Amino acid sequence: MDARADVQPEAGAQALLEVDDLQTYFFTRQGVVKAVDGVSFALRRGETLAIVGESGCGKSITALSLLRLIPDPPGRIVGGTVRLAGHDLMTLDEPAMRNVRGNDISMIFQEPMTSLNPVMTIGRQIAEVILLHQDVSRKEALAKAVEMLRLVRIPEPEQRVREYPHQLSGGMRQRAMIAIALACNPKVLIADEPTTALDVTIQAQILELIVELQQKLGTAVILITHDLGVVAETAQRVIVMYAGRKVEEAPVGELFAHALHPYTHGLLASIPRLDLMRGEVNDTPQRLQEITGIVPALTDLPQGCVFAPRCKFADDRCRAQYPPYEQKRSGHWAACWNSDALYGGALHA
Amino acid sequence: MAVLDHRAELNRAGANATGFFGTARFLMRRYPLGAVGAVIVVLFVLTALFAPWLTAYDPTSTNPRASLARPTADHILGADFMGRDMWSRVAYGARISLAVGVGSTFLGCLIGVAVGLTSGYFGGWYDLLIQRLIDIMQALPLLVMALVMAASLGPSLQNTIIAIAIPLVPNVARVIRSNTLSLREMPYVEAARAVGMSELGIAVRHVLPNTLAPLIVLATAQLGAAILTEAALSFLGLGIPEPHPSWGRMLSESAAEYVRTAPWLVIFPGIAISLAVFGTNLLGDALRDYLDPRQRT
Repeated sequence: MDARADVQPEAGAQALLEVDDLQTYFFTRQGVVKAVDGVSFALRRGETLAIVGESGCGKSITALSLLRLIPDPPGRIVGGTVRLAGHDLMTLDEPAMRNVRGNDISMIFQEPMTSLNPVMTIGRQIAEVILLHQDVSRKEALAKAVEMLRLVRIPEPEQRVREYPHQLSGGMRQRAMIAIALACNPKVLIADEPTTALDVTIQAQILELIVELQQKLGTAVILITHDLGVVAETAQRVIVMYAGRKVEEAPVGELFAHALHPYTHGLLASIPRLDLMRGEVNDTPQRLQEITGIVPALTDLPQGCVFAPRCKFADDRCRAQYPPYEQKRSGHWAACWNSDALYGGALHA
Repeated sequence: MAVLDHRAELNRAGANATGFFGTARFLMRRYPLGAVGAVIVVLFVLTALFAPWLTAYDPTSTNPRASLARPTADHILGADFMGRDMWSRVAYGARISLAVGVGSTFLGCLIGVAVGLTSGYFGGWYDLLIQRLIDIMQALPLLVMALVMAASLGPSLQNTIIAIAIPLVPNVARVIRSNTLSLREMPYVEAARAVGMSELGIAVRHVLPNTLAPLIVLATAQLGAAILTEAALSFLGLGIPEPHPSWGRMLSESAAEYVRTAPWLVIFPGIAISLAVFGTNLLGDALRDYLDPRQRT
């Protein structure tokens, strides 16, 4: 197995970003929506951590919570701590927090088409971030913008800095977004579904770019996605979220080989596989598996395990009590009553 | 099949126009009505600027012998009851119209943008308060509002500008606010927040520039309305005081008494008002099309 897989998720001292028991609730007319409910994780320097899950499971809200960008009202971070290099971000005042955003932690959004201001040139948008966080002249910032565009492999950067977003293709715009996010050399880069809006060939290029820049600059990356293919290619560790909670966490190889949560199994089974569909594995061609049902309304969560209503293996205990989130194998955590029986996950070796 | 000559086609479309005149010709071809508007506005501005050199008479000097003179070589647009040259008065009147139009539109837009942007972006009780105030102001028509303002401030050029600017504020504020409401939800606003920009910075640097296209259209439309309102105020005796030549006052002085006997006293200021308003509106429409960078290639 991969060497890095042996590192514990709570790597304590060397962790760059520590999130502990984060709770972000939305107070709506329909009731309290527990969008993120007790999520903890640690991110090490230079590491790529993937957060996966269906739409509406709290991935993006987790990311926005780290930057304290939850619209209030109706949302609020009601509990937990986020520590960046030992400093608690939750107790910072707004100006200090603004200094963290884009400088220490920055974010790439899903929509490259609309995440750039249409009436500002690319160069000015990159320079703006630099001017916000660094004591440089306008001219130096623009020169840095050209450098950043070159770094993200945009051809003819001297030309492109003067262009408007509509003159760039989707992939180019996402590159420009990455340039903005990395302009101040942040410690943590949050990529919220960075490739969802792009076509497949461009997706691969953008992922490659993120990985390459990560290695070059030593940035730690939190990759939010619902595409397990993306996870396999880029991440070292994976967190699987469901209905605002963490249900499984493991090094990437371990997760793909020995997933311990039925939900993760469902996600893995829903990846199209050519050999299965052609019948090369089981003789008969198989249809693509889906997870039946939908994510429950977050205002009306079931009493026991939140996944129980959709789980094929759910029993009475699952429906009555939420399973403890515990280490089942080395470095592999999951919240499931039956994982041992189902997948033989007892902590051994 | 005919071979397509790319160079010739590009030339025909004006795509590789260079220099001032090339670009001007290209724009004229693409926005013919806008070009007409621009020509009218430029003539209007030039007339206002160079009025002393374009006219032979002082617009305020009277001459009993020329009273109600017909348009002749001496007085090309005739002369009014007091024998003041109509061409001089129309030309100098352009100065007043321009000053009042531009001044009040600028002032109105400045206040309107500040009010609308903050109201739409920050929302809350502040927005509620501002919008109710605007409701009250909008209950009165532009002219009535301007009348009230002008009557309470007293007639002078400066007061006329203020009297017309204030009633413009609600219109501008409403348009900017509604734009801001949709713009503040744009992903690039969230992206700006995520790079650590302050709320005021986002409002000014990211939201405001995106409202400029509708603002320019609105401002040019309001420019016409302001010129018209000034004419109306002066017509009613509340605008520019005598003896300054104002197109509106020229109409009011002459309309009742001389429209049959000396129609040139009514026709020429009337044409001047119409042309100025028409020109600014045409130009405004073309500017909207041109200035929106999403439509530029």
